[in-house]
Amino acid sequence: MTKIVVAVKYVPDATADRTFSADNTVDREGVDGLLSELDEYAVEQALQVVEAGDGEVTVLTVGPEDAADAVRKALQMGADAGVHVQDDAIHGSDAFATSLILAKAIEKLEYDMVFFGMASTDGGLGVVPTLVAERLGLPAVTFASEITVDGDTVKIRRDGDVATQEIEASGKLVVSVTDQTGEARYPSFKGIMAAKKKPVEEWTLEDIGVDASSVGLDNAWTKVESYEPRPPRTAGEIVTDEGDGGAKLVEFLAAKKFV
Amino acid sequence: MTEVLVLIDAPDGKVTKPSLELLTIARRIGEPSAVVFGSADTDTLTQYGAEKIYTYDDAVYSEFLVGPKAEALAQLVTETSPAAVLVGASTEGKEISARVALKTESGWISDAVDVQASGDSVTTTQSVFAGNFTVQSSITKGAPVITVKPNSTTPEAAAGAGAVEAKTAEVSEAAKTAKITSTKVKEASGRPELTEAAIVVSGGRGTGGDFTEVEAFADTLGAAVGASRAAVDSGWYPHSFQVGQTGKTVSPQLYVANGISGAIQHRAGMQTSKTIVAVNKDDEAPIFELVDFGVVGDLKSVLPQATEEVKKRKG
Repeated sequence: MTKIVVAVKYVPDATADRTFSADNTVDREGVDGLLSELDEYAVEQALQVVEAGDGEVTVLTVGPEDAADAVRKALQMGADAGVHVQDDAIHGSDAFATSLILAKAIEKLEYDMVFFGMASTDGGLGVVPTLVAERLGLPAVTFASEITVDGDTVKIRRDGDVATQEIEASGKLVVSVTDQTGEARYPSFKGIMAAKKKPVEEWTLEDIGVDASSVGLDNAWTKVESYEPRPPRTAGEIVTDEGDGGAKLVEFLAAKKFV
Repeated sequence: MTEVLVLIDAPDGKVTKPSLELLTIARRIGEPSAVVFGSADTDTLTQYGAEKIYTYDDAVYSEFLVGPKAEALAQLVTETSPAAVLVGASTEGKEISARVALKTESGWISDAVDVQASGDSVTTTQSVFAGNFTVQSSITKGAPVITVKPNSTTPEAAAGAGAVEAKTAEVSEAAKTAKITSTKVKEASGRPELTEAAIVVSGGRGTGGDFTEVEAFADTLGAAVGASRAAVDSGWYPHSFQVGQTGKTVSPQLYVANGISGAIQHRAGMQTSKTIVAVNKDDEAPIFELVDFGVVGDLKSVLPQATEEVKKRKG
């Protein structure tokens, strides 16, 4: 019986215009959110692991009320249960505080492995998996492009820029998966109906033993001092190719000293 | 002056350009100390301003993923109380530095495009939301641990003392858990690495699957080749060359998009490029909203002409 916790994030839709709130945090009010696309690959891989043997997938998220939508989507895909950590004190938490909340919530769950997407599609940092592993004292096999589970040993392949590596770890561990692991399934009608009956637990910081003074905007170790919108790009010159498009292109590049 | 620790990336001993950029930035804040796992060309490090060079030579650093390096670097931070720790914004650089920040209870800022001294601390500039906002940040705790994007500055030579100090660190059993069982180095394409390149020439759906013209133009400019998600999903180009939200973020001096419509996911990966040029048959392609120069036309005829023209000018 393999128990996998998949940590997922509810993110603002990247195709919408994103901006800041008055407190210099991401404005989540004006933009629709969804389950981070990169986390769908993690849910998919977790489902494949338990489907190949015997197991259970619990999906975990930290975020405001609407973040329940991200849990719901993963349940529709086939996850068995959900946990949503929600607390007003969490607002504005950075990757470090988020990793603390996740680590404490994971400790409260029974698990063999913890899966993450390679990065969120909003912050895009890709370090929460490694930070959670650091806090839990577990191995982290990150940026997997292929995953093989053999008993309590996990082997991954990682396609880097200069090399392809095989990495191995055993026991309890953290895995982060890339979008190369394979298409994530769409929820079926049956899956959507079944998800309505699946249990979702709501936890507060107190439930997982995290002190409010160690999370949130005021307790971050970094601070956004100011932000400004980039000046709109001035309209560039556009020419239509009339047999001389390539030459005109190079003229422009030469004027800019690229040639 | 206070030390600034700079984690050096040197595959096969050759110091990368982003690492030289970090040494250049470090001089604005204090005295650069290069930190090397394995071996690196110490002459180059000295020429670019390293006053000290800390070397860690033990197989443990290459046998396991980031754990041992993070422990060693964290111990060095505690020992030297640096003004800042600068690391390249690669996936490994981010993982190592984030762990160092957590271990030393220091603020961590990632993907900076600029770092400046500010009183006795530092401020950073980051570009967020697909380059639509510029953010200034500072840290409120510990030594600033900062990852810096490639192409954030031009490397400038300035002789340092280059005093080499061989170091050892205590690496815990817990750090030795994610074992690297095999490493296959990819065949070198002869082109610059995508995220480090000063010029990137990309192809998309408009190539129809044939990157010949894109590659030829890239090669005359000494550029890296990139691909849009549409091209990668169609199996026309390997995933490791994908520019965009689920691929790589590039920020070169010049980005040339060919047959790429400019969907938001692609723009997220290239919008901070200094100069943007596009070739596309569709005059309504959203990419044209971003460009400094655009050609409405077929890349199959525009690019070969441009390639010839560059060769002519180079003589």
